[in-house]
Amino acid sequence: MTCKDARNLLNAYVDGELDSAGSLSLEGHVEQCELCLSEVEKLRTLASAIERGALRFKAPPHLKRNVQAAIRAANPGARRPFFGWRWAGALASMVFIVALTWAVTSQRIRSSEEAQLVSDVLSSHVRSMMANHITDVSSSDSHTVKPWFAGRLDYSPPARDLTEQGFRLIGGRLDYIDNRPVSALVYQRSQHFINLFVWPMKDNAISQEGQLSRQGYNIIHWNQSGMTYWLVSELNVPELSECARLLKQ
Amino acid sequence: MLDQNDLTDFNEAVLPHLDTAYNLARWLTRNDQDAEDVVQDASLRAFKYWKGFSGRDCRSWLLAIVRNSYYSWLRKQSIQPELTEDGAIDNVDDGLPNPETVLLQNLDREMLKSALEDLRVEFREAIVLREMEGLSYKEIADISGVPIGTVMSRLARARKQLQIHLTDASARKSL
Repeated sequence: MTCKDARNLLNAYVDGELDSAGSLSLEGHVEQCELCLSEVEKLRTLASAIERGALRFKAPPHLKRNVQAAIRAANPGARRPFFGWRWAGALASMVFIVALTWAVTSQRIRSSEEAQLVSDVLSSHVRSMMANHITDVSSSDSHTVKPWFAGRLDYSPPARDLTEQGFRLIGGRLDYIDNRPVSALVYQRSQHFINLFVWPMKDNAISQEGQLSRQGYNIIHWNQSGMTYWLVSELNVPELSECARLLKQ
Repeated sequence: MLDQNDLTDFNEAVLPHLDTAYNLARWLTRNDQDAEDVVQDASLRAFKYWKGFSGRDCRSWLLAIVRNSYYSWLRKQSIQPELTEDGAIDNVDDGLPNPETVLLQNLDREMLKSALEDLRVEFREAIVLREMEGLSYKEIADISGVPIGTVMSRLARARKQLQIHLTDASARKSL
């Protein structure tokens, strides 16, 4: 084996990736070649330095929970029993009662396309909460938020501040729903965040309005002036409906 | 529609590899929060394809998805991936022998970490999968979607760069 051949195999040798014949013949060379021997030593020193350095990152404890919650949110059929949720508690049971009453009285959104949209909108909302990435542009000034979208979308979303009415505009974010980039406007009421997704209606879009609740989140949907609106939050139904009413004005 | 059994199976098979997934994502993104986003996105994708997954190596499967999620995340951030240029092992110097080895033994963790973070992403990926996760060349090749020979040359070039970088850093420190 020439020194050049050996050089190309040193890494595989140190990594134990050579077959026994290759290994033997390389060892034969390394025993006689000081340069290759020193290369092998350096490779081993480096490997043990990386090992000693304990450079492996461990997933933070909340990541597992977040992943499971995101999967449940994105796959309504796969959710765990409601009362199994660790964070649920008393608050959730209240939401449950409200949501149940509401589910009976409100329109149900049934078609599969719509179900997919609901699931997209909901996961997008949940992700924005979990990933700590709720806004790309943070401002309560609609004159800041609106132009921010200008270069990023082929339409201009309404970005109205409703601070005086109790829903503070805190910013906007670019998201991807229904196979297109869409604007997400973010409002805050006390500690609750509200995502408003707006994009131009498709020709075949379902024109009906609707509201529903999924896993403790409330969703309100309507179409207006050629745009389709989806409002999502963990905020209670009356307050979220109030927000929708103000936005429709 | 996915049912509860799918979720249970998925949790049992995939979640044990969450640390490995996070470690790869963390080294690729070089940031805690971005790594979490990437792992979360990868997990959602993994669950989506769970039914079609026929049960070979679950860890490699998940890592390949993490890698894809990382590249999607890059695109979403409009960060151009660094251009790659795989070729023969370059810069094979004439091996200054022992002083280098001595310097390499005196490395501290921060130096190593920053040297690793400075590597090009595909080199970093190969080192993380090999040195921290102990994967074989074949497994790394499957995850990265390149031939085994490319894995070998990436590792060789990555280590060479690390040695050069670290020897310099260590020499500066001991001055």
